[in-house]
Amino acid sequence: MSRIDAALGDLRSLEALAARDTALARLDARAKVVATLAFVVTVVSFDRYAVAALLPLAFFPLALAIQGELPAKPLLRKLLLAAPFAVMVGLFNPLLDRAPMLAFGDASVSAGWVSFASILVRFALTVGAALVLVAGTGMNTLCVALTRLGVPQVMTAQLLFLFRYAFVLGAEAARTSTARELRSSGRAMALAAYGPMLGHLLLRAFERAQRIHMAMLARGFDGELRSLRTLRWSTRDTVFVLGWSAFFLLVRLVDLPQWAGRALLGASP
Amino acid sequence: MHMADALLSPAVGGAMWLASGAALAVSSRRLREQGDDRLVPLMGVLGAFVFAAQMINFAIPATGSSGHLGGGLLLSILLGPHAALIVIASVLTVQALFFADGGLLALGANIFNLGVLPCFLAYPLVYKPLAGDQASARRVGLAAGTAAVVGLQFGALGVVLQAVASGISSLPFSTFLWLMLPIHLAIGVVEGLATAAIVLFVQRARPDLLGVHGPAASMPGLSPRSLLATLATAAVLMGGALSWFASPQPDGLEWSIARASGHTELAARDDGVHRLMAQAQQRLSFLPGYGFPSAGASESHGDAAWPAVDAGTSLAGLVGGVATLTVVCGLALLLRRRRRRISPE
Amino acid sequence: MSHHILEAQGLSFAYPDGTPALNDVSCRFVHGESVGIVGANGAGKSTLLLHLNGLLIAQTGVVRVGDLPVTAATRAQVHRTVGFVFQDADDQLFMPTVEEDVAFGPLNMGLPADEVQARVRASLEAVDSLPLAARAPYRLSGGEKRAVAIAGVLAMSPSILVLDEPSAGLDPAARRRLIALLRSFSHTKVIATHDLDLVLDVCSRVLVLHQGRVQADGPPARIFGDATLLARCHLEPPLSFAPPAP
Repeated sequence: MSRIDAALGDLRSLEALAARDTALARLDARAKVVATLAFVVTVVSFDRYAVAALLPLAFFPLALAIQGELPAKPLLRKLLLAAPFAVMVGLFNPLLDRAPMLAFGDASVSAGWVSFASILVRFALTVGAALVLVAGTGMNTLCVALTRLGVPQVMTAQLLFLFRYAFVLGAEAARTSTARELRSSGRAMALAAYGPMLGHLLLRAFERAQRIHMAMLARGFDGELRSLRTLRWSTRDTVFVLGWSAFFLLVRLVDLPQWAGRALLGASP
Repeated sequence: MHMADALLSPAVGGAMWLASGAALAVSSRRLREQGDDRLVPLMGVLGAFVFAAQMINFAIPATGSSGHLGGGLLLSILLGPHAALIVIASVLTVQALFFADGGLLALGANIFNLGVLPCFLAYPLVYKPLAGDQASARRVGLAAGTAAVVGLQFGALGVVLQAVASGISSLPFSTFLWLMLPIHLAIGVVEGLATAAIVLFVQRARPDLLGVHGPAASMPGLSPRSLLATLATAAVLMGGALSWFASPQPDGLEWSIARASGHTELAARDDGVHRLMAQAQQRLSFLPGYGFPSAGASESHGDAAWPAVDAGTSLAGLVGGVATLTVVCGLALLLRRRRRRISPE
Repeated sequence: MSHHILEAQGLSFAYPDGTPALNDVSCRFVHGESVGIVGANGAGKSTLLLHLNGLLIAQTGVVRVGDLPVTAATRAQVHRTVGFVFQDADDQLFMPTVEEDVAFGPLNMGLPADEVQARVRASLEAVDSLPLAARAPYRLSGGEKRAVAIAGVLAMSPSILVLDEPSAGLDPAARRRLIALLRSFSHTKVIATHDLDLVLDVCSRVLVLHQGRVQADGPPARIFGDATLLARCHLEPPLSFAPPAP
C-alpha cells in the first residue's frame, strides 16, 4: 500500500471514529477545542525537569478517549510511529546536561535524562490530546467550531475544501505513482520523470478547480459560503471547560506526585 | 523539520501564534478584498495537491536518497504570497491534527517557519527578482533553487531560535544551528529541485498559470541592491533578537552545576564530551559573549521550584510518579467500565 | 409556459486556444421534452450543454430561455431555471456533507432556513437518498454521488435539467436506478451521452452532433435506424435497438 493510500486511510479512520454518536461527540466542539488548548498550554508551562508532576495530566486525554470510545491501539500506534523531531533533539539533553539530579541510594540520574523524559512525556500528552480531539470531533464540526471561535472563514473554508479533495487528488496521485512504478523495474523516480508527473497532476488540479468553480456558479455561488450548521452550547459544556481548567490549574500549582510519594513513604525522607 | 509542542514554552508558542495569526488575518482580509471567488476551489484543490505531492518521492541525483516537495515556494509562485500562506497553513493544520506532526501550540511556529518565511521572505525577495518574467528556464531553475534554500535556512533558524528561547531542549544555540543549517541546506536543495522541475513543466505547458495570481502591484519586484539591503537588515534584526533570547538563557548544564555545587563552573569536570563541547562552542559561536560555560548567568525562569538534588526528594518523586500513574490508569479503567455499563454494545 | 422553451440559434463557439467547438448550431427544446444529444468525442456535446445554462456565453448566435436571452447579466437567473448536472460528480459535491451540499443552492437563493431544510429533505427523498444526509461525499459510491448531485440541482427547483454523461461510470444497478429516476422527472431534460441505450429508454428525441454541427434531429427510431448517418458520425446503434419492421 503506497504512502498516499496509507495517509488517506488514516484520515478516513479518524473521521469514522468521529462520526459515531458518543458522549465525547455530543459535547460542543468549541468546549473541546478550548479545553484541549488549555491542556496543551498547561503541559508546556512546566519547567524542563518536570516529569512526575506532568503525569496527572494524562487523565485528560485518557478520560476523553474513553468518553469517545476510542480504540487504544491504533491511537497509540500513531503516537509511537510519529518519530518526531522533538525526540531527536531531546536525545541531546542527556549528552549535554550531565549534572546529577536524582539520587536513588548510590545511583544517580543526570539532569539531562530527566529533561529528556520530560520531553517524551510532553510529546505523548500534547500529541495525544490533539489526536483525541480530532477523533472525537471530526473535521467538519471542528471547522464550524473554529469559525464560531473567530477564525476567518477563508481559513476554515480552505480546510474543508482541502479535506474534501485530498481524497480525490490523493487517489489520482496514488494511481499515477503506481502506474509509473509498474514500469520502472524498482528504480526510484528520476527528476526528469518527476517534473512531468507532478506537473500533469498539477494541471489536472487546476482544471478540476475550474470545473468545481463552474459547478459552484451554476448553483448560485456569489463568493459567500453559507451554512445551516449550528452548534448548541449547554451547561454540560460549561462544566466540561471549567472542570478541566480547574484540574489543570491544580496540577500546575501542586506537585501531586511529590505529595503522594511523600505521603506513601511516611513523613521522613 | 517541524517544531513540536514538546520543545516549546508557552511564551514562545504564544508569540509565534500571535505572529502567524496576524499574518493569516492580514492575508485573509487581502483575499476577501480581492474578491476572486475562483480562489475558493482553487486554493482547496491546490492544498490537496500539495498534501498528496508531499508523499511522492523522487531520487536525488548523485545521492542514494530520495526527497519530496514541501510546497511553500511552489504555492507562492502559483497563487501569490497571501493565498499561498493560507494554503500552507491548512496543510500544516491537517498534518498537526491527523498525523501527530508537531502539535497544536507548535502549529503557530510551523506556520511561521514554513509559511510566512517562504511566502513573504523567500518568494518576493529571492525568487521574484531572480526569476524576472519567468521566460528563461535557467533563470526559473536558479531562482527556485536559491529561494528554496534561503527560505529553508531561515526556517531552520526560526526553529532553533524558538527552541532555544523555550529552554526545554539543552542544545545551546550555536550547536543547534550548526546541526540544523547543513541539514536544511540539503532539504532546501531538494525543495529547489522539486519546485523547479514542476515550475518548468508548467512553464512549457501552461505559462499562463505562472504569475497569474502574482501580486505584481502589492509586492513590487526588487532590484538586487535592495534585495541585499533587505537581507542584511533582516540578518541584523535576527542577530539582535537572538542575542536577546540567547544570553540570559543558562544552559541546562550550567544551571545544574550552579544548583548542585554552588559554583558556576566546575573546574575539575573536564571529561571528553565537555571539553569537546566547550571547544566547539568557542569555535562556532559567532555571538560574542555567548560562551560555554558562561559566567554566572543563573537567573531562574519558570515559576515552579526546581527540585533540589537530594535523595529524599528524588525517591518521593519516583514513588509519587508511579502512584500517580496507577491512580490515573485506575480511574480511567473505572470510567471505561462505567461507560460500558451505561451503553452496552 | 414560454419560460420552459429553451432554444439556441446560430450558435458558434471556439475555445481560447482556437479549437472550434460549435459551428452554427440551432436547436429547440420544448416543455416536458426529453432530448438526447449524441455524438463522438469532441463533437461538441459538452460545449453545447454549457451554453444552455449560461456557463458559457455565445460568441456568435443566441441562446434563449423562454423570452430571456442568456447573457452575462442574466446568467444568474438562467442558472436557477436550467439546472446542470456535471459529468464528474466529485466536481459538484464540494461541501462536507450530503445535506450541506444539497442545501448549497437554496441557501444561495436566499431562502429562509426552514424552507432550505424542507427542500433538502424533499430533494433527497426524490432521489431515494435521504439516509445519506449526514454522510461525507468521499464515502459515497459512484451511483450515490450521482444521485446526490441530481438532488442538489433539484433543490433549486429548475424547470429544465441539463445532464452531461449522467450514466458514465455507473454500475448496472446504479444505472438502472438513474434511468428510472430520469423517467420519473417531468422536467424538460437535455441529456448529452454516449449511452445510446439510455437515450432509447428515456428520450423522445435525438440530436446528433458531429464536428460541431447538427447532423440530424428526430425521433430515436428514425435516427438509430439510419445506418449511413450513424457511420458518418462515428456512432453505432444502441444494443437494445431493433429496427422497426419495414
